[in-house]
Amino acid sequence: MYVNNIQQEGEFNSQLEVTAGTHLKRNNNSNLSESLKKNLFDGWKNTLLTVLTGIFSLIVIYQVITFVVTNNWDVIYDNLRLLMIGQYPIEEIWRLWIALDLVSLLIGLTWGLWKGAGKAVAATFGSVFFVFAVIPWTTLNTSLNLTASIALIAVGYFAGDRLDGLKIPTLILWALYIPLALGLITGFGGLLEPVLSREWGGWLLTVIIASISIIGCFPLGVLLALGRRSELPVIRYFCIGYIELVRGIPLIMVLFIGQLLIPLFLGGETGIDNVSRAIIAYTFFAAAYLAENVRGGLQSIPAGQYEAAQALGLNKFKLTFFIILPQALKAVIPALVGQFITILKDTSLVAIIGLADFLGTARRISNNPEYLGRYMELYIFVAAFYFIFCYLMAHVSRHLERSLSKGNQ
Amino acid sequence: MTKYAKFFLGAAVFLSLSACASAETDGTGAGTDNTTSGSGATLAAIIDRGELNAGVNDSLPGFGYVDSDGNYVGFDIDLGHAVAAATLGDSEAISFRSLSAQERFIAVQTGEVDVLLRNTTWTTSRDSDVGMDFGPVTFYDGQGMMVRTESGISTLADLGGRTIGVETGTTTELNLADQMDALGIDYNTQTFDDRNALIAAYEAGSVDAWTTDRSGLVSSFAVLADPEEHMILEETLSKEPLAPAVLHGDNQWNDIVTWVVYALIQAEEFGITQDNIDDFMDSDDPDIQRLLGVEGGLGSMLGLEDDFAYQAISQVGNYGEIYDRHLGPDTQFNLPRGMNALYQNGGLHYSMPFR
Repeated sequence: MYVNNIQQEGEFNSQLEVTAGTHLKRNNNSNLSESLKKNLFDGWKNTLLTVLTGIFSLIVIYQVITFVVTNNWDVIYDNLRLLMIGQYPIEEIWRLWIALDLVSLLIGLTWGLWKGAGKAVAATFGSVFFVFAVIPWTTLNTSLNLTASIALIAVGYFAGDRLDGLKIPTLILWALYIPLALGLITGFGGLLEPVLSREWGGWLLTVIIASISIIGCFPLGVLLALGRRSELPVIRYFCIGYIELVRGIPLIMVLFIGQLLIPLFLGGETGIDNVSRAIIAYTFFAAAYLAENVRGGLQSIPAGQYEAAQALGLNKFKLTFFIILPQALKAVIPALVGQFITILKDTSLVAIIGLADFLGTARRISNNPEYLGRYMELYIFVAAFYFIFCYLMAHVSRHLERSLSKGNQ
Repeated sequence: MTKYAKFFLGAAVFLSLSACASAETDGTGAGTDNTTSGSGATLAAIIDRGELNAGVNDSLPGFGYVDSDGNYVGFDIDLGHAVAAATLGDSEAISFRSLSAQERFIAVQTGEVDVLLRNTTWTTSRDSDVGMDFGPVTFYDGQGMMVRTESGISTLADLGGRTIGVETGTTTELNLADQMDALGIDYNTQTFDDRNALIAAYEAGSVDAWTTDRSGLVSSFAVLADPEEHMILEETLSKEPLAPAVLHGDNQWNDIVTWVVYALIQAEEFGITQDNIDDFMDSDDPDIQRLLGVEGGLGSMLGLEDDFAYQAISQVGNYGEIYDRHLGPDTQFNLPRGMNALYQNGGLHYSMPFR
């Protein structure tokens, strides 16, 4: 019930959605022409607006479809490998396929075991794989690998659906996935042919930077938020200082500090490559913003919750991690996911420090003399790809929010 | 009050700790400086590593870009291959690092790259204050201005009251202001973040003219819808000599880069190409014998193998071949040699004698 008191953006949005949903439902019950008349042609002003916006939308849709259909997209398919994995050596691509197969299996298992939001994730990944597998210019090898990934999603689903005992192994595999995938990509520190980070690029680099930063900034942000409310002044002032300092500096500045000043201070041979420096910069930057989001959640917990927990005799650790944090985090899911989406999109800023992420690779390709002036196709492709994955994150967050707040309805 | 006292105590502890830490890093910092600078250290490090690290541009058509297979290609890239062939005997023993304009000098200063081949203009401040040393100019560029042929603009003076498009954060913006102030012309500027956006605005007619380096203007003809409708004004707004840069302090390494570039230019002057170089090996001309390392031992004076020039030319080609491969008549840029021709053809490229 306390959740209802929170003035959170996401709560507000889902309330709006509920209203809109019931509104639509009511319309569906009456017949079509009546609802059209009521909603679109209600009086001459609305009729005029409907006609004008209708004409405008038709023109835009027509133009977009003409562009998409008549345009020559060879700049995308000639450079698809570059866009997806950058300069990753072609003879080592099998490692990326294994990493992709593994995540497909995990997504399938998660969908089968817990249902819910896993379905949307599995559907999105499956559709993207499917589209790339069937478009005619994909090589046979790529098609087969993508088909294998789709099959693994299905296998995972059926296995998860039938065997409840897979829950623990799946969670363990998820926890191990990032180190495992990174090991595969880099070569397990010399076990396989090492692939240096400067050879990563495109969507691969974007995903690596974004996922590690997201996973890294979360615990850091939660600790900072708790530290900001600590009773120990040193910790409290340190956290406040850190959060305010980082929030007072633009992200580009933080990236430059990471990229340019760290090697100057520590000497060139620090062994920290520039991808890691970027990841560190993103993690520390995002943690400060995340801490403020989490603090918003912490402040929304009524004092009664603390008092009740203390009355039950819970110690400070249990009080924080079993009573307060779960409620606080649940309350701020929309803000947290918003932060994660921002990180994913902000990774495109690494282009200014010489890394070729997804957008940076598109910019590189548009400067290949063979494709000069073909930036429109590239940017549309990049925008569509970003949109699919950002929307997926938003969708999963809404789902999570709904399923977690069932107890309060 | 006790609360504040605690805070100050904490602050004092923190400060003393950080003072210790910084004293420590000062010590190690000085140590690394001693080992990385000094003559000969760079070459030794490259031979030890087995590959050359070159800082390059990844998005300048013709000079440095990435092809569909992910390989670096371009004029500056081939110069890097030539340096690798001369120092290590293998033009592929090189790893490229894309650098943005902002971070390029830091990457040289920290030793992340051994040589900067990224269309860098040789200027006083970069040679002194920034701590670079430059090799010979590999490409003479200059800032130019593109206008529509029908606009009636034929000199910079005709641009009075017109709108000129420039890219932000480049020296072109400053050069434009300097030049127009000197001529006393009133004009408007519109700045763009991105070359493509600038060209699109120019084509749409929202700017009357746009300016960047002439090489960039020429390469943009490939993008324009009707290249015949546009022209580049005769006047140049600035000198832009593009040269390879290395870290100041290692004279031997600077000499190596310098003489590799000269070898490429000298080879063109002698007519030695990638294909016919073996015919020159038994040439009687002592100049050619010294260049190719048949006699004279010039390579070992530089700390290299005597055949360093042979390796560079046979694996990459002479200056003219590199130019034609990326910018010449067979490419879509078809950039006239102009100032970049050899001195006997009216250009500025002139190799110091191999002796």
